[in-house]
Amino acid sequence: MTEPVLQVSDLAVRFNTDAGPVPAVNGVSFTLARGETLAMVGESGSGKSVTSLAIMRLTPPPPASTVHGRVVLRGNDGTSRELLALPEAAMREMRGSRIAMIFQEPMTSLNPVLPIGEQVAEPIRYHRNAGRAAALAEAERLLERVGIPEPRKRLASYPHQLSGGMRQRAMVAIALACDPDVLIADEPTTALDVTVQAQILELLKSLQERTGMAMLFITHNLGVVAEIADRVMVMYAGRVVEQAPLRRLFGAPLMPYTRGLLQSVPTLAARHEVLAAIPGNVPDPSNLPAGCAFTPRCPHAQPHICDAALPALDAAEAEHLVRCARWRELAA
Amino acid sequence: MTPASASTELPLPSREGAGGAGPQVGGSPPVAARRAGRGVRRFIRHRLALIGFATIVVLALAAALGPYLDPFNDLHIDILHRFAPPFSGPHLLGTDQLGRDMLARLEMAGRVSLTVGCAAMVLSTITGTVIGVLAGYYGGAVGAALMRFVDAMLCFPSIFLLLALAAFVQPSLLSITVIIAATGWMEVARLVEAQIRSLRDRDFAVAALALGAPDRTIMFRELIPNAVAPIVVASTLNVARAILLESYISFLGYGIQPPVPSWGNMLNNAQEYLTTAPWLAILPGAAITLAVTGFNFLGDGLRDALDPRLDVR
Repeated sequence: MTEPVLQVSDLAVRFNTDAGPVPAVNGVSFTLARGETLAMVGESGSGKSVTSLAIMRLTPPPPASTVHGRVVLRGNDGTSRELLALPEAAMREMRGSRIAMIFQEPMTSLNPVLPIGEQVAEPIRYHRNAGRAAALAEAERLLERVGIPEPRKRLASYPHQLSGGMRQRAMVAIALACDPDVLIADEPTTALDVTVQAQILELLKSLQERTGMAMLFITHNLGVVAEIADRVMVMYAGRVVEQAPLRRLFGAPLMPYTRGLLQSVPTLAARHEVLAAIPGNVPDPSNLPAGCAFTPRCPHAQPHICDAALPALDAAEAEHLVRCARWRELAA
Repeated sequence: MTPASASTELPLPSREGAGGAGPQVGGSPPVAARRAGRGVRRFIRHRLALIGFATIVVLALAAALGPYLDPFNDLHIDILHRFAPPFSGPHLLGTDQLGRDMLARLEMAGRVSLTVGCAAMVLSTITGTVIGVLAGYYGGAVGAALMRFVDAMLCFPSIFLLLALAAFVQPSLLSITVIIAATGWMEVARLVEAQIRSLRDRDFAVAALALGAPDRTIMFRELIPNAVAPIVVASTLNVARAILLESYISFLGYGIQPPVPSWGNMLNNAQEYLTTAPWLAILPGAAITLAVTGFNFLGDGLRDALDPRLDVR
C-alpha cells in the first residue's frame, strides 16, 4: 500500500472549562489512503466532530482547548506536513486547498448575504490568487460539476433562494474548489431528506472517483456508512473502539457497542418487534469510568475485568482493531 | 445616504434566514425581490419615517439648488432693508440685522450643516465599524483593550470634549467635521463589536475559516455585510446628532465662523434681537428641528424596514 494521505496519531483534545479540563478526544489514531473513504461513526458527544475540527486546527485556541498528537498530511505534490506544528499562516494555506471540510448545515454554513458565485469563487481567489472574473468563471464550472442546473444564473443567487440539496451541492463545490487531497465531511447529509441524501452521496462518490481525494466521512447514520465507506471507525467517549473494513465490521462486529449500534438499525423484516436500543447514555467526558468507558451500558460487562483497566486497541485481524477486554471470549 | 439606499437592495435575511427559525423553502428567484418589497412596504407603513425622509429631501434640495434660484446672495448686505420681517417685501423670509436675505442664508447654512452632519456620520461610522470589527473579531486582549478605550471615550461628556478640542484647533469645515466624528464613533463601535462577536461563531464564519480565508476577508466580506442593517440605522441617527452638535458649537461661537452661515451661528446672531426680530431665531431653529427630527424618524423607519421580525402579514 502506498503512503497514506492523512496520518493521525495519538490525537488528544482537551477542553479547559471552568469546571476543570474535559477530555473530548483521547489517543485517536488512524490513516487515510488516497481515494479511500473512512467513515467515523458514533453517538453525539463521542468526539467525532471534535476530531475533525482538531485536524483542521479549528478548535478554540489555547487556553480554551489543547490539542496533542500528530497529524501528517502528505500532499499529491510529495510534500509531507505536520499540521499541528505548522504556523498559523501556513495552516491557513492548507485549509481549503489541501484539506477541506463540509459542514452539517448547508443553510447556516453559507453566508446569507453573499451570492453563491462569490462564495464559491472565494477559495479560488485566495488560494490561487485568481482575479475576480477568472474565479467566477471557475465557480460556474464548479457549480456545473456538482450538478447545479443553470450554473450561470445561480452564481447571482443568494443561499435562501436555493433548496437544501442545492445548498449542500454548493457547499461541496466550495470545498472542492481547489482540489483538496483530503475532504472532511461532517454529517453532510444529516439535514437533508432521504432522496436528496442519496443524491449528495452519489455526487461525493463520483467526485472522489474523478479526483482521487481521500474522504473522512463523519456520520451517525449506518445506512449512509454502508453506502459510502471503505473502512469504518467506531468512536465511543472520545476513543476509537473498533475499526475495520466495511464488510468485516457489518458482518462480524467484535465490540459490544458496535453490535448494539448495528442491532438498533430498524429493518423491514423486523418491523413488528420493539426496536433494539442501547440502554443508558454516553458517559460524561469529564467523569469517565476507570476501565472501558462502555462498561456501564455493556450487556457483557464483567466486574474486575471490564472496569479494571482501559483495554488496549487489539488487532483481531490484519485490518480489524477492537478495544474490548473480552473480545476473544465474545467472538467465540 | 448611500449606505441606506444600498442596503434596501440587500435581501437581508441575516438573523431570521440563517437562524433557521422559519421553515424556509427557497427556490424561486422572486424571493429576493419580495423581501426587498416587504422592506419598502414596512418603511412606507411607517408614516413618520416617510415624512422624515421627505423633509430631508426638501431640505437637501433647497440647500443644493436654492442659492441658484434666489435673487439675493447670502452675503449681500442691503443696509436699507435691515430687519425686514418675512413675507413683507422682496426678501421672502425677511432680512437680518445687516439686511442680508434670510432665505439665501438659511440655504447656504443648510449646505454647511448638512455637509458637516453627513461627513461626520461617514467618518464616525467608518471609524466605529473598523474598531468594532477588530475588537469583536479578535476578542481577547485586543478586543478588551479596544473596548475599554471606547468606554473611556464615552466617559467624556462629548460637549466638553468638543469645546476643549475646538479651543485648540482652528475652526474650519474640516476640523469641525473631524471633531464631531471623534465624539460620535463610540456608539457604532459598541454596536458593531456586539454584532461581530455573535456573527463570528456562526457556521458560515467557521466554514470560511475552514476554507483558509484570511482574517480580513472574513471580517469585511463575510461578517460586515451581515451587520449592515444596525450600522445603517445607527449612522442615520448619527447624522441628526452631528447636525445638532454642529449647531451647538457654532452657537457657542467655536464652530463655523461668520460670515459663513450655519444654522448654529445664525441662532447665535439672533440672540440680541430675540424680542425685536424673532424670525432671526425661529427660522434657523426650525431648520435644525426639521433636519434633526427628519433624520431621527428616518432612522426609526429604517430600523423597522430592515428588521424582518417586524413583518406583520
